[in-house]
Amino acid sequence: MTGTMATDVCIIGGGIAGCSAALHLAKRGISVVLLEKGRIGAQASGVNFGGVRRQGRHLAEIPLALRGRPMWDRMVDLVGEDCEFRATGHLRLARDPADMAALETYARDAGALGLDLELIGGNELRRRFPWLSEVPVGASWCPGDGQANPRVVGPAFGRAARAAGADLREGEEAATFERDGKGFRIATTSGLAITSRALVNTAGAWAGRVAGHFDEPVPIHSIAPQMVVTEPSPHVIGPVLGIVGGALYLRQIERGNVIFGGGDGLADIATTRSTVLPRNTVEVGALACRLIPHLARLNVIRVWTGIEGEMADVIPVIGPSRTTPGLFHAFGFSGHGFQLGPIVGVILAELIADGTTPSPIAPFDIGRFVG
Amino acid sequence: MSEARIVIVGAGPAGVRAAEALVNHGLAPIVIDEAPAAGGQIYRRPPAGFARPARVLYGFEAAKAQRLHAAFEALRPRLDYRPDTLAWNVSEGSLWTQRSGTIERIPFDRLILCTGAMDRVIPLPGWTLPGAFTLGGAQVALKAQGCAVGRRTVFFGTGPLLYLVAHQIAAAGATVAAVLDTSRARDSWHALAGLVAVPTTALKGAWYQLDLVLRRTPWHRGIRPLAVMGRDRVEGVRFRDANGTEREIACDAVAFGYGLKPETQLAELAGAAFAYDGAGLWLPRVDPAGRLAPNVYAAGDGCGILGADAAELAGRRAGLAVAADLGRTVPPREIAGIERRRSAIRAFRAGLEVAFPTPTELAATLPDATILCRCEGATVGALRTVANHKDAGEINQAKALCRVGMGRCQGRVCGFAACQVLAAARGVSVEAVGRLRAQAPVKPLPLAARLP
Repeated sequence: MTGTMATDVCIIGGGIAGCSAALHLAKRGISVVLLEKGRIGAQASGVNFGGVRRQGRHLAEIPLALRGRPMWDRMVDLVGEDCEFRATGHLRLARDPADMAALETYARDAGALGLDLELIGGNELRRRFPWLSEVPVGASWCPGDGQANPRVVGPAFGRAARAAGADLREGEEAATFERDGKGFRIATTSGLAITSRALVNTAGAWAGRVAGHFDEPVPIHSIAPQMVVTEPSPHVIGPVLGIVGGALYLRQIERGNVIFGGGDGLADIATTRSTVLPRNTVEVGALACRLIPHLARLNVIRVWTGIEGEMADVIPVIGPSRTTPGLFHAFGFSGHGFQLGPIVGVILAELIADGTTPSPIAPFDIGRFVG
Repeated sequence: MSEARIVIVGAGPAGVRAAEALVNHGLAPIVIDEAPAAGGQIYRRPPAGFARPARVLYGFEAAKAQRLHAAFEALRPRLDYRPDTLAWNVSEGSLWTQRSGTIERIPFDRLILCTGAMDRVIPLPGWTLPGAFTLGGAQVALKAQGCAVGRRTVFFGTGPLLYLVAHQIAAAGATVAAVLDTSRARDSWHALAGLVAVPTTALKGAWYQLDLVLRRTPWHRGIRPLAVMGRDRVEGVRFRDANGTEREIACDAVAFGYGLKPETQLAELAGAAFAYDGAGLWLPRVDPAGRLAPNVYAAGDGCGILGADAAELAGRRAGLAVAADLGRTVPPREIAGIERRRSAIRAFRAGLEVAFPTPTELAATLPDATILCRCEGATVGALRTVANHKDAGEINQAKALCRVGMGRCQGRVCGFAACQVLAAARGVSVEAVGRLRAQAPVKPLPLAARLP
């Protein structure tokens, strides 16, 4: 497509954060063009595990996760469907006393920030969740956390943003960026040119390239978290499971399929190809069976992965550029951005429209990598 | 210098002849096969202890079946043969297999995929009722276990297998309640020019049809199947005959299918490029020798449906290509002879496509309530909804939104029809909606399976 379009805001990247930003900007009457090089919600937003979790996060993320949590209850109002969100609770398992001590410390620190967690000993754990093996010695329980279907969330936000008036373009890859006194000029590989007053970088694993265009290099690399889904079986595993250290995360959907993840495949942002390493699948499957013995009777029907950006310090970049007025970043969610995506879009809209946000985003300042 | 490690997947007509060509050049391949005995689907052997003669099992093809089995037995001492073994992934230059709960990674220098074909299914109301089988499924039950799928079976669909399986079931002593073919008699006449390229095969097909007439089996051509009827199991079939009259036939089983489709999942995982065949199928691109991707070859119906005789030739051709690529001398005359015979079969096959055209429009006109993806219980209407209201114009996108093709079989059964439904709902060509991407494992893999 060729031609020049003028807009208030141009967003690079149609994941959940980008589409939520488009939705919340459009609702404020601000014009938006979103450029997605592939399809809406196809990369990290669409192929992730689907955990909607606050516990276990870096403490700096807790205020954002708490603020974002009610959005998941209001998905029907927000985007027209519930996105299969269920507040099933999240159970974080400890496999030895050192892990349990880590859970105790975390519960105290998170509690101070307003996230109440319940610590559960081994006997009580097996009384409440009798399908667990003897391996876990205890757990931390967060009843308000849950799960949703990642494949439908990004597209739902995309449709809602379009309905609110945002112009979302799929298959449009931003190739060049210029900044002058009035704003930005972006050209895509297909020849589309856009002028905008503000620019939003929600390009996930590809966001380092966008930041690089504005002399703002960041320590980001690509990861490919591996997922597995089994055939359906009777629904007995209610909560989402994690373990201290993060080697396994697991949930069972109402249809009965067990979905779990762990380990990294190969990611290549040049070709947008990611590859599952079969050995990881087998090893993570073995760990899942050690924790939940009845899984050993099931068959794996599919594995997958996708490309995600991970920062050197494993927390995202969120906030205004330090080199370029009018440029805003939100990327590098490092494998745990699904729950945050909707609220990050709200925060971006606040930063652009109001010039400020009530959320404490200082820890995510891109300036932390300078010097 | 250690010998090149060559792995063949599949011990049907293509795999056996590929192995034979390699052994003739002093090479010793590993042969991986899902079945307990070599022969493939067409020359499937019954379990040990079943004593039914080849003439009964394979009919006109008995001599070919026995020759293939004998050829394989003669090769056995030179092969690393692994039956009952699932090849479930190609990754990191290796084939990944699973047998009896043990996973193995087999690095290869050359890989030859002889993965064959499966039934091409077009769903219809009632197709998931107990008693409904594919034509291939009905034939497997007969060949492997000596079982007829019902006492009174209606056969419907189109293609040579429709007549072959109906004939085999009748010969085995069960009742063929009717044969209902979506193709018309005049399609066969139009196809004659191609069919005469391999007259012996054409005559066998004509004999199966004549046999129907001699047995006074109800036989309709130019039909449209409407529903498999029954409450808890199959009780009948409803169809529209060539005159437009709706009819019903009572039965306790149905066997249906619309030709075959290649099994291409491993080829895709091995890096194959695909091309649309213009008739609903995506075929892996291979050169005439079967080269598919670096160090990967393919032969037989897995590259496009040409039947067992062509598969034997293609298998031999791929085996010779591997030998040549490893520096062995292969006489050009041998290659030329294979190619001559293959081109005759291709002409015959083109004739079959004319004689038994796939009624691709059937899927597009199915009622919304029809189950499309039986693994996930997803209906035709669910797919149309995401096509019309969620802007899903590509089949993988549609799969993500409505679960069609997301289940145990990963769309191997419903994928063909799902693309037809989606294309019709969007008003675009079938090619434009793409094809379901393959993901490992190509068939379900026990979670308890372990690397040694």
